[in-house]
Amino acid sequence: MNRELKRVSVLVLAMFIALFGSTTIIQAVQADALRLDSRNTRALYDSYDTERGPILAGGTVIAQSVRTGDRFVFQRQYPEGELYAPVTGFFNPTQGSAGIEQYMNDYLSGTSNTQFLDSINRIVAGQAPKGAAVEVTIDPVVQKAAFDALGDRQGAVVAIEPSTGRILAMASTPTYDPNTLASHDSQSVISAYAALDDDPLTPLINRATSGNMNPPGSSFKVVVAAAALDSGKYTPESTFANPASLTLPNSSAVVYNWTRTTCGPGETVTLAEAIRQSCNIPFAELGMELGDDALREAAEKFGFNNGFELPTPTGTSVYPRGLDDAQTGLTAFGQYEVRATPLQMALVSAGIANKGTVMAPTLVDRVTGRNLEELKSFEPQVLNEAVSEDAAAGVTTMMVNGVEVGQSNGARIEGVDVAGKTGTAQNGEDEPYSLWFTGFAPANNPEVAVAVVVENDGNLGRHSSGNIVAAPIAKKVIEAVLNK
Amino acid sequence: MTNNSRTRATGAVGGRVAERPAEEFKADTAVLRTMRKLRLPLKLRNRELALLIFACAINSVSILLVQLGATGAIDLDLVYLGAGLSALVLGLHVCLRYVAPQADPLLLPIATVLNGLGVAMIYRIDLAEGVSGWAAASTRQITWSAIAILAAIVIIIVVKNHRVLFRYTYLFGAFAFLLLLLPLVPGIGREVSGARVWIGIGNFVSFQPGEIAKIALAVFFAGYLVRTRDSLSMVGKKFLWMQFPRLRDLGPIIVVWALSMAIIVFQHDMGTALLFFGLFTVMLYVSTGRLSWILIGVGMFGVGAFFAAQTLTYVEGRFRNWLDAFSPTVYDATGGSYQLVQGIFGLAHGGLIGTGLGQGRPELTPLSQSDYIMASLGEELGLAGIFAILGLYLLFVSRGIRIGFRGQDDFGKLLAVGLAFTIALQVFIMVGGVTRVIPLTGLTTPFLAAGGSSLVANWIIVALLLRVSDSIRTGPAQEVSS
Repeated sequence: MNRELKRVSVLVLAMFIALFGSTTIIQAVQADALRLDSRNTRALYDSYDTERGPILAGGTVIAQSVRTGDRFVFQRQYPEGELYAPVTGFFNPTQGSAGIEQYMNDYLSGTSNTQFLDSINRIVAGQAPKGAAVEVTIDPVVQKAAFDALGDRQGAVVAIEPSTGRILAMASTPTYDPNTLASHDSQSVISAYAALDDDPLTPLINRATSGNMNPPGSSFKVVVAAAALDSGKYTPESTFANPASLTLPNSSAVVYNWTRTTCGPGETVTLAEAIRQSCNIPFAELGMELGDDALREAAEKFGFNNGFELPTPTGTSVYPRGLDDAQTGLTAFGQYEVRATPLQMALVSAGIANKGTVMAPTLVDRVTGRNLEELKSFEPQVLNEAVSEDAAAGVTTMMVNGVEVGQSNGARIEGVDVAGKTGTAQNGEDEPYSLWFTGFAPANNPEVAVAVVVENDGNLGRHSSGNIVAAPIAKKVIEAVLNK
Repeated sequence: MTNNSRTRATGAVGGRVAERPAEEFKADTAVLRTMRKLRLPLKLRNRELALLIFACAINSVSILLVQLGATGAIDLDLVYLGAGLSALVLGLHVCLRYVAPQADPLLLPIATVLNGLGVAMIYRIDLAEGVSGWAAASTRQITWSAIAILAAIVIIIVVKNHRVLFRYTYLFGAFAFLLLLLPLVPGIGREVSGARVWIGIGNFVSFQPGEIAKIALAVFFAGYLVRTRDSLSMVGKKFLWMQFPRLRDLGPIIVVWALSMAIIVFQHDMGTALLFFGLFTVMLYVSTGRLSWILIGVGMFGVGAFFAAQTLTYVEGRFRNWLDAFSPTVYDATGGSYQLVQGIFGLAHGGLIGTGLGQGRPELTPLSQSDYIMASLGEELGLAGIFAILGLYLLFVSRGIRIGFRGQDDFGKLLAVGLAFTIALQVFIMVGGVTRVIPLTGLTTPFLAAGGSSLVANWIIVALLLRVSDSIRTGPAQEVSS
């Protein structure tokens, strides 16, 4: 009988090993994934008890938790909500969240893996649960300058530190007050959200990184010029035929320069001059010579056709596929189906500014725990070597010239070399323009790259242009950085 | 059925030297042996006492931690009730000193700590749901614990020798079948969440007779198999490398199989059926030593379960909930996997070290005090706590199987193994069901889950195991013959 008993013992042991295994799988291996399941309300209830970590911008608190008496224990507050809404997003214990609040939730709520030891310490020491502080790369001064410069216009500004990819400003107007969405009164939150969602000006959408994408117009010429110089076949002095109008091949479409005449006197025009005067016809010719594959490759190296995680996910800027010559000609000055976010156009300038190397954009500097220990820090990362140093230098010279004495002079700053390019993009026959500026400064030692988009003509009607509306906004942002 | 050595031991204690049999004086070592026997019981019982005090301390601290964690204040009422239970358990211990001094010292402390943890967790969920007094499951659980421990004391005193049970083998069999049929009797049968396994009188007492039936069945199986094992194991045809039994010897297994299937079909209780059938198959194997019994048993149950899954909607639903628990349609379906998935979320919420007693949210899981008590404990005590509890169960079961190894009479061996195996199987069915090793079925998690019948049954098992273990250490081999 004892032989059978041994086997029964083995069976019992096997049964228990199965249970040890199954509980280990659930409680250790799959625990994190199960916590993230949207049907798991425990994490939500936990979030009530946790003093959510603050979000800081250069020492300024832009989101914090304040103790209340209600069942949610803490109330999220945004001291300058409208200014930072595109960065922070909002957090509501029952109605969802957005922005950094959503995408850094693990750290803010104290449930990330790196906070595991902290949670053990906490249990041993009997401390209240507390999330980590997230420090964003935003510079409050630059952010304020960008927000104020946009004013009541419908648009967005992104400012980037070219050498690191750190986002110094990310403003989007019209904006919203995240405090109204963080309220614990579900009914008022739902109606406030519905009102914002129904607003035709789409204040909930962060125009700086996503939203209804705008064609970049002439600001895209920076990408085309960089591709041309990088190919080695062109220099700033390369010349192009200079007609007053150009009928695109196999098409009825006719391209004009914005002046409706030739690009300066002369049978031919140089690349540098075409940039300075922002002429479309030479760029259409250049684009068709390079071909859509070369343009797409250059655009993708700057980040087109690619979304980013800041960690907040961004929209994807587009350089289309499968183009014929006529379409390629139109894309060379940022029309047809080219679409870009201000973040993307800022990356283009940042890449030129950083000697052709595009750094991956980031919105988060550092995460620090309750005892100020660093839980995570973000190191600068190279996104792409977009163009050669020489090509970048050539494009920079042309862009500086464009601001100094050309069609982008709205961003000129006394005593500083500003490199820049405007854009006034058409959205259709009777549609308002999208007004652009992208550039960086100082040209010889860039501290900031900026992109501005203003939608709806900047409320100025048909007489608006990127240089009139967008360039002065960029100028104020650049000044805010350089005056520090 | 005299018991010489015991008479000797108690005789020495009681000073009734004159009653000693004459042969004692022939052996030189008799005095030494007597002295050793005098010390031994004290040693075992003292060890048990130390562990019991530790177990009671764990239980009291658990209740205090639950109160501190959930309400931040201490309410001594429940602590007093817990102290009452501790006193009862210590009473059982004192009884053992007199009536079963050589009984296994681990069984009682393990049962105590499991019962106490269960009470603490049930109480914790009562706090979360804001119920108290007789509406609270914890109050009822404590009352039932008291009844169960008293029942164990009565059993250990009344059943002076487990071999008495052998005489009433068939009576126990009939009793078990009767108990199983009771819920089907109109008037007293009750249906709870689809399973017709309860009986009740008015609205007052409800009881699951199946819990008691499992003990009666274990006694019946042990007695029956000891009587018939020769015919079951010796004859048969050899096929492949195994010896298969004769067709007519398959009778008993077919009867038990039919009984299990009847429970599945008429009472909608897959867990109980699996428990009985598993119990019988293992006891049959242990008594006959034929691997073929296991194959036949597993095969028959597999075929039965397969057809049940095809034809009975509730069985099919259980399988679907098990295999596809996280799919949205199964999750949202009526009678779907919502409960199971909530239990798993609870376990995941606990992680490695748990939220701490009183600080998790086990009340979010339906049936968190009964079917999902392990998920509740896992949430607040973590994987570490679950391992500790499973370890305690494993230790309990291994003590039972140890009695099987050490026992001198086949009936006692079989009974001990059978009883221990019911605990193991029940833990496996319930914890495995909650953690998706197998489809979830409605049994109780021994000692932990809220439910009076289960507590009474499991404490009777403790008493019987204590009784059998006592006889191993006391008596020399005494073969029981039919």
